[in-house]
Amino acid sequence: MNLMMLLEMASDAMGDRVAFQNGDDSLTFRELYRAAGVAAVQARASAAKHLAMLDVTSLALPVGVFAAAWSGLPFVPLSYRLTREELDSLLGQIAPSRLITDAERAESLSGLADTEVVTRDDFLKAASHPSAEVSTEPWSMDPDEIAVLLFTSGTTGPPKAAVIRHKHLVSYILGAVEFMSAEEDDAALVCVPPYHIAAMANIASSVYAGRRIVQMPNFTAEGWIELARAERITNAFVVPTMLARIVDVLEGESSAGLPDLRAISYGGGKMPQSVIERAMKLFPETNFANAYGLTETSSTIAILGPEDHRAAMATDDPVVRRRIVSVGQPLPAVEVEIRDEGGRVLGENERGEIYVRGEQVSGEYLGQGSQLVGDGWFPTRDGGSMDADGYLFLEGRIDDIIVRGGENISPGEIEDVLLEHTAVADAAVVGLPDEQWGEKIVGVVACRPGQSVRVAELQQWVKDRLRSSRTPESLEFWGELPYSETGKLLRRKVRAQLMNG
Amino acid sequence: MAVLKAGTRLKSVVCKTEVMVVAAPKEDVELTCGGASLVDIGADAAAGATISDDAKEGTQIGKRYINEAGDLEVLCTKPGEGSLGAAGTLLTIKGAKPLPSSD
Repeated sequence: MNLMMLLEMASDAMGDRVAFQNGDDSLTFRELYRAAGVAAVQARASAAKHLAMLDVTSLALPVGVFAAAWSGLPFVPLSYRLTREELDSLLGQIAPSRLITDAERAESLSGLADTEVVTRDDFLKAASHPSAEVSTEPWSMDPDEIAVLLFTSGTTGPPKAAVIRHKHLVSYILGAVEFMSAEEDDAALVCVPPYHIAAMANIASSVYAGRRIVQMPNFTAEGWIELARAERITNAFVVPTMLARIVDVLEGESSAGLPDLRAISYGGGKMPQSVIERAMKLFPETNFANAYGLTETSSTIAILGPEDHRAAMATDDPVVRRRIVSVGQPLPAVEVEIRDEGGRVLGENERGEIYVRGEQVSGEYLGQGSQLVGDGWFPTRDGGSMDADGYLFLEGRIDDIIVRGGENISPGEIEDVLLEHTAVADAAVVGLPDEQWGEKIVGVVACRPGQSVRVAELQQWVKDRLRSSRTPESLEFWGELPYSETGKLLRRKVRAQLMNG
Repeated sequence: MAVLKAGTRLKSVVCKTEVMVVAAPKEDVELTCGGASLVDIGADAAAGATISDDAKEGTQIGKRYINEAGDLEVLCTKPGEGSLGAAGTLLTIKGAKPLPSSD
């Protein structure tokens, strides 16, 4: 099993269809196949053990994904929001690597040992050169080869790399997507960043379905609407924050005016009920699907489909109505159980931890091995419950990970930075519900005796040291923070107190 | 006859059909296309074999084929004129319930 097999089939059966489009540039399935074969030769000729990408979405993304698959190197998309220090640490973990990036970053990274830096433009130019050599070596069909390494913020702070093997992604595609099921004029608008599992799953599923992907490197609601109209977009994937902004803009217009938009799928964070209800009123003909999945499960494991959405909106039955905030039912190829802390399987509507099993479930981190327990079950660390018909409801993270705008943020990371400030004796960071971002970051600080510091100064302190999305939206000063008898910071107590004002 | 492994790619010797094994029983099983045994994807095609009359319905790219017991499943990755079979009976196309596109 290899992702390249999916592209080979698409290239054979629908080679002239446009596969990916970015602005005025595009690649057909046949061109993408050839470019992957050329870039695979170049990747093999280098000393690299990983093919990494530090960039916004571009045509280089699918070429990189499939070239890596063809040449047998793991593909490693890195976040462009990382600080230089974080980036150096991750590049160290994957050295020696070949790194595709934009021209500006290429210059600042050119001095790194064991990192062969290529600009996106040079990479694409070389891959599409008409006289370039195309790989004649077959790709490996070993299902256990690594397809993608995705660095995620772990519960304990420093990023760890989730290992996604070819068998996981290919199993997901074969179980969820019908080959060549897209119509010739279908077009999907995608604006998830390359380092998100949804971007990887999207590439594989669009290739297999034969659906044209229109890439959008930087999201704005106005730009999204304009592109959707110009390209007659039929399908779109958005995170809740994006849908909220799109709805805000379109409600101000006299007509929604996106008649081609047949399907919107969303995921990556909790969708506020008000936003999905407004969106469904705005696009009554559009099919909405809520997808729930994790990096470690190769994306989607449960879907709330269009019929479920409509049924929930049309009924007074509170059981069916409530499903609008569920993530739907597990995929046919996936099993889900809710278990308590002792591992006992819970009954309907009982809250516990979500466990998942299936061919697409990786549950493995680089250097830490498989986290699967028992007979292949992955403990997601997501809390949840299931109703009598198997609809899955999320109840927040088991741990205290803050999910802000679809991005997982470890509170410990921010607390550590706050504690470095000389005036700070203790710090706790929690996520509080937020209509726009899903959760917002709020900090509580205890100052050293006789010292004080302004909120704005602490916010700047964090901003200077971490990605901007890590900056606490507000900070409070407390005399002391709550701890358990065993000395564990009780974030849930902090959260409760903040929410009660 | 061989024990098949998920992920293995095989090809027909009588037509252009190629398949990938998705699921296989633990026992030995002989997969055929057009009545002749499938061979490893890298093997040289034996000349002279022809499609048997009772196995010439053809294969379709992207379709999954299963046996009656449901423990053998292959994905057609290249189409051809022969029909897939195992243990003397033809495989049938696995019906898939379409899922809403989620990504």
